[in-house]
Amino acid sequence: MKLDRIRNFSIVAHIDHGKSTLADRILEVTETLTQREMREQVLDSMELERERGITIKAQAVRVAWKGHQLNLIDTPGHVDFTYEVSRALQACEGALLLVDAAQGIQAQTLANAYLALENNLEIVPVVNKIDLPQADPEAVARELAELVGEDPERVLRISAKTGEGVAEVLDAIVERIPPPEGDPDAPPRALVFDSSYDQYRGVVAFVRMVDGLFRTRHDIRAMAAGTRFEAEELGFFSPVRSPTDTLEAGEVGYVITGLKDVSRLRVGDTLTSARHGATEPLPGYKEVKPTVFAGLYPTDSDDYPELRDALEKLKLNDASLFYEPETSQALGFGFRCGFLGLLHMEIVRERLEREFDLDLLVTAPNVAYRVFTQDGSGIEVHSPADMPREFERVEEPYIRATTIVPKEYVGTIMELNNERRGRFDHMEYLSEERVMLSYDLPLAEIVYDYYDQLKSRTKGYASFDYDVIGFEEGKLVRVDILLAGDPVDALSLIVHRDGAYGRGRALVDRLREEIPRQMFDVPVQAAIGSRVIARETIKARRKDVLAKCYGGDVTRKRKLLERQKKGKKRMKQVGSVEVPQEAFLAVLNLDGDKR
Amino acid sequence: MSAAGVRHLYVHLPFCASRCGYCDFVTLVGRRDEHGRHVDAVLAELDAERGLLAKQVETVFIGGGTPTFTEPSELRRLLASLPAAEEVTVEANPETVTPELAALLRAEGVTRVSLGAQSFDRRLLDVLDRRGGAEDVRRAYYHLRDASFDNISLDLIYGIPGQEPADLERDLGEALALRPEHLSCYELEAKPGTRFTHAHGEELERQAGAMEGFFQLVVDTLTDAGYRWYETANFCRDGRRSRHNLAYWLGYDYLGVGIGAVSTVDGLRWRNLPALPRYLAALERRERPPREFEPLAASTQTQERLMLGLRLDEPVPYADVESAVDLDALTRLEGLRLVERRGEGLVLTRRGRFLGGGVTADLLAEIPANNYS
Repeated sequence: MKLDRIRNFSIVAHIDHGKSTLADRILEVTETLTQREMREQVLDSMELERERGITIKAQAVRVAWKGHQLNLIDTPGHVDFTYEVSRALQACEGALLLVDAAQGIQAQTLANAYLALENNLEIVPVVNKIDLPQADPEAVARELAELVGEDPERVLRISAKTGEGVAEVLDAIVERIPPPEGDPDAPPRALVFDSSYDQYRGVVAFVRMVDGLFRTRHDIRAMAAGTRFEAEELGFFSPVRSPTDTLEAGEVGYVITGLKDVSRLRVGDTLTSARHGATEPLPGYKEVKPTVFAGLYPTDSDDYPELRDALEKLKLNDASLFYEPETSQALGFGFRCGFLGLLHMEIVRERLEREFDLDLLVTAPNVAYRVFTQDGSGIEVHSPADMPREFERVEEPYIRATTIVPKEYVGTIMELNNERRGRFDHMEYLSEERVMLSYDLPLAEIVYDYYDQLKSRTKGYASFDYDVIGFEEGKLVRVDILLAGDPVDALSLIVHRDGAYGRGRALVDRLREEIPRQMFDVPVQAAIGSRVIARETIKARRKDVLAKCYGGDVTRKRKLLERQKKGKKRMKQVGSVEVPQEAFLAVLNLDGDKR
Repeated sequence: MSAAGVRHLYVHLPFCASRCGYCDFVTLVGRRDEHGRHVDAVLAELDAERGLLAKQVETVFIGGGTPTFTEPSELRRLLASLPAAEEVTVEANPETVTPELAALLRAEGVTRVSLGAQSFDRRLLDVLDRRGGAEDVRRAYYHLRDASFDNISLDLIYGIPGQEPADLERDLGEALALRPEHLSCYELEAKPGTRFTHAHGEELERQAGAMEGFFQLVVDTLTDAGYRWYETANFCRDGRRSRHNLAYWLGYDYLGVGIGAVSTVDGLRWRNLPALPRYLAALERRERPPREFEPLAASTQTQERLMLGLRLDEPVPYADVESAVDLDALTRLEGLRLVERRGEGLVLTRRGRFLGGGVTADLLAEIPANNYS
């Protein structure tokens, strides 16, 4: 296909603004799929994606429209997957910016629009859901035009649900989005913008051809990794894999590499010919670093090998997932995992539980800290248990948080952000009714209970998004929880000094409720260093006997004792204290960690 | 098989005048016309197992039910047919003890009577569905003394719904005033799902906190009065321990006859099924009654030896139970002063005895999931 007949584009939108429905409609209108073949939301193929209505992995599908080849590269909408979005956008020349006619611009709309602008994409603004009774297409079109610097008349008004205006969208893609640039005659260069793992055929690379062409059986080299392989199959998605003989400059498609080790082909690498290949790689991506960390432990310690295997398999399709083995005296063997954000964490956890049938205990999440000791050396700490008890200073990650709310909630947001050590940046009226607030906040404050508070205080009307902007020094302390004088590694926290007492107190109270009485008094303490900030005592049991025991009931009493013994076996021994797994669950689980 | 034979015999007489709400023993109400048939059957079973018994039996225990509710002539016939023993105990309900009954028991070789007093408080006795009252207990007690019984035990129950610490103190005082040789004090066990628990569960829940102290109150009061706390729930003076029950706690073999009775002989435990008609029918055909069998692996026997032995105030010989002991737990529990080694044996400390269940569960080495076959 000639370059000027190709258009590569993405759809960016806030969650639930209709991106997947529009993608479905495009497949239908272009007759890529017959109606009978249509499944709802074809592009979101993972079960979890379909259920939650969100996109996690970038996908690419090719459609034909009036003699042109259009490649739709699907992108995740959520902030946690910003890196996936930017990768996808780098493979495009334009983007549809889709906004719900009833809801207007939301926080993710802004984030994604800026991302598209940064990538120099041509933005086609589209107002969706104009068929809704509460839709206000004109007002939303004005907001949108303002945002991207367009004439409101040029904002498309459609209903992906009914199909109204979808053909016009396709026309606009052809007319407004520039064709890809590239040199068909140069040595081939293709950007790997994503990959997946096929258990029979190995790594499948999703590529955007920039220069030249690849043929099936082509000997290919990944320029950064140095890996060589033969292209077992080339093709494109329609939306299932459709093999072709060649992939040409400007096109989007896939390469089946046969590689069995995902680490041998990194996303962002450039593919070229093994012989007479290009000398300059395409600009890659910057490595994404996990921002949120949590310990994952099997509820039943016998499941540790299953958890390890499951993480290995997940990692094949999710390069951003980070994990390393961790041992906790309280929880046994598990993994410290790094995630791109809270949603990413939730998704990984759900996939592990659902697809791998594991019962997991997830510790309260924390952020990465940079800790500097007296001698000036710095380390990055991903777990409170690794935090040195003595240090010179600590830095924590900060975010720029964008919140859009109806104007009556401005005070609420300010109050919430002030409670969370937020710094006001600026505020802007998007319309008479809706206000955008920008704050700088420590990421740690978002990780702890922020979403729930935001949602309940604004009755669900707030939309929220953030970007990590860097590290700043914080007045942070490590709070340890001690049971009968022994620190419990899994329960250590890093918190702001001002919040230490409240968090320590809450944990101590909770543990006192959850830990059964023992054969001796058990002090439960929260301490900063050697200073105890909260203390409770679990009073010793005064009696634990089987009252009667004669010849007739020896067997029954023995069985009672065996049951008691089994109950004890399920407990974790922390020093001399027996703590039921449920107590840790209650204290550590996200849901249990509420104020 | 212990070469010398079994030296401890239990006889179960299930009949009662009425059923008490909290009771979970094998009991049958009324049926006076069946008492004779039942005594025949018990004697037939004893006859069938006679070969297991030693020439000289040490203890006989006749429990129930209410053995003294049995028709006096049938009771006499039974007692006359039992082997003679150094200790022969009969359980009795206070209201069944008349001068005549006391004399009958004495004449037929009974040496010890265990009187089911439970409480001296009318209100609490009503909660337990007990017919007799404090006066019945005292009357029965003196009838037995008049018949020159010098070994009487009183059963008390504490933790009764509605019972306050002061009520328990009063009950203990009343019992001590009689100066019995022996006292058994049990906490009321409200089994989930029973009529009793249904009726009193909420009250029991409410007083759970206060009741924790009851056990200690019992032990303190009785030991202060000079009684020896020789087993978790049993107290005696002048060395008058229940020799029959000691046999259970020391792991000796015993033969039990009658419905629901359990025997343990040479590593085999069996229990007669509790249905009376099938029991009677089998023995009338001169067959053994329907039973459940439980072979005890050597390891299980050792575990039981530890579990039962630790209920006593005298050490369990360590060599007898070593293989059942978790050494790490032992060290930890010694550190907590709940268990101590005394001489060549293991014994719970005073505080350890209050926590005997948990301590024993800790002390037991890993129990194999199924070691019965």
